Amino acid sequence: MSAQVRIPTILRTFTGGQNEVEASGDTVAHVLESLDADYPGLKARIVDDNGALRRFVNVYVGDDDVRFIGGLAAEVPDGGKISIIPAVAGG
Amino acid sequence: MTAVLDTQVPPPAGVRAGAFGNATHLACRACGAQSPLGPFYACMECFGPLEVGYDFPKITRAEIESGPKSIWRYAPLLPVPADIGTFRSTDPGFTRLVDAGNLAADLGLRKLHVKDDSGNPTHSFKDRVVAVALSAARELGLTVLACPSTGNLANAVAAAAARAGIRSVVMVPSNLEQQKIIASAVYDTTLIAVEGNYDDVNKLASEIAGEEEGWAFVNVNVRPYYAEGSKTLAFEIAEQLGWRLPDQMVIPVASGSQLTKIDKGFAELVKLGLVEDKPVKIFGAQATGCSPIVQAYEAGHDVVAPVRPNTIAKSLAIGNPADGPYVLDVVRRTGGRIADVDDETVVQNIIRLARTEGIFGETAGGVTLGVTARLIAEGDLDPDAETVIINSGDGLKTLDAVSGHVGPKTTIPPRYEAFLDFWKGYTA
Repeated sequence: MSAQVRIPTILRTFTGGQNEVEASGDTVAHVLESLDADYPGLKARIVDDNGALRRFVNVYVGDDDVRFIGGLAAEVPDGGKISIIPAVAGG
Repeated sequence: MTAVLDTQVPPPAGVRAGAFGNATHLACRACGAQSPLGPFYACMECFGPLEVGYDFPKITRAEIESGPKSIWRYAPLLPVPADIGTFRSTDPGFTRLVDAGNLAADLGLRKLHVKDDSGNPTHSFKDRVVAVALSAARELGLTVLACPSTGNLANAVAAAAARAGIRSVVMVPSNLEQQKIIASAVYDTTLIAVEGNYDDVNKLASEIAGEEEGWAFVNVNVRPYYAEGSKTLAFEIAEQLGWRLPDQMVIPVASGSQLTKIDKGFAELVKLGLVEDKPVKIFGAQATGCSPIVQAYEAGHDVVAPVRPNTIAKSLAIGNPADGPYVLDVVRRTGGRIADVDDETVVQNIIRLARTEGIFGETAGGVTLGVTARLIAEGDLDPDAETVIINSGDGLKTLDAVSGHVGPKTTIPPRYEAFLDFWKGYTA
């Protein structure tokens, strides 16, 4: 199971500047584990010490905010697209 | 001198000295890590939002009072250069603070003011924040002014870019009120209607902001500067009250930025000795159909779970409010509260504001007044305390909200007898 993950600017120091990388896993949690194996330290920027999604980061599977679809347990379809985006809103 | 993280990108080359006035750095509101002034908006360490920090010199009331009748009279308190007045801007602010005696009597309050921000150049408070964002964009060498918007911001960005002579790209939910769409498109902006709600538009804009060089998404990558513009609401309210702070305030909440920046603005005035220190209770207002911060407040949480918005108050329809945790902090710290009212109450209170004070507010104004009435009824607002509420936008942009509730009393042929027939019956 593979997924395409879009990396926000502030995490591209971990991915050698790449804005999109491939990872494997059938849930968001597994995908983050896979990412961390390839790009050590990346997961800790997205998930806090208690294993929860950090307060100011939004993760999407396709167009869906994972907070609506099971959080880190949200399923990732084969070939799915995951976006990691800093939480800013107002307008 | 401020410590700078060695992981942080250095400020862009070519930024002139004094580009950000008395601002000295950006600081993460979550973990406190500091960054240099630049087009940064999320903390490198924890994704937390960045906020502008300052080293203020002595600033006097007389200096401010001798300034222009716009937000630029407060330039030393904003991240803008000292020569900000020489650049083309919509010069927003210094809107009227209405002594709302009729509405106060109707609500049972001793003293009430309405800060009527529909008087700004594009008829909402967004002109304030955009003017500061435009300055930051210019100083950082960014050449496209852009935003995801629920409408008011789109109007403000399109107009400010037209005035500054630069390109703008504004992105809005495709189901937005027609008035707000036209009021952006008229400025010849690149208006993009996105199939989705505001949170979908915001996600898209955040992705674009990470890819396009030279773009200033006012509420994304120059957000720390943009947000500072809302402090001018606090500055003006205090100055217009005769350099005093009010006792309690009711403020509409979408992302929550305006509420937190009004609180910050009051704190800066106190710190600079421009007003006497006193407690100000801060209350927030949301529509029931999009009330994620109210839900967190009532559940005793300090994080906000996102919701899918369903309300006529589209300018407040942000289901995933980035500043939500800070709104909770402010209302709890000041002894305030955040509450909500349903759409029917919103409509009734748009009409109430119009009929008591001659102010036609948009749906956000209806939310704020509706919540004000609720907070009085539930004993949270002190009826004897001096109260200020914000009307953040113009009812002409949300005509649909009230169009089924108000209208002509009759339609008559153009004859005196016909008028007389109607009038006798009407006044009987």
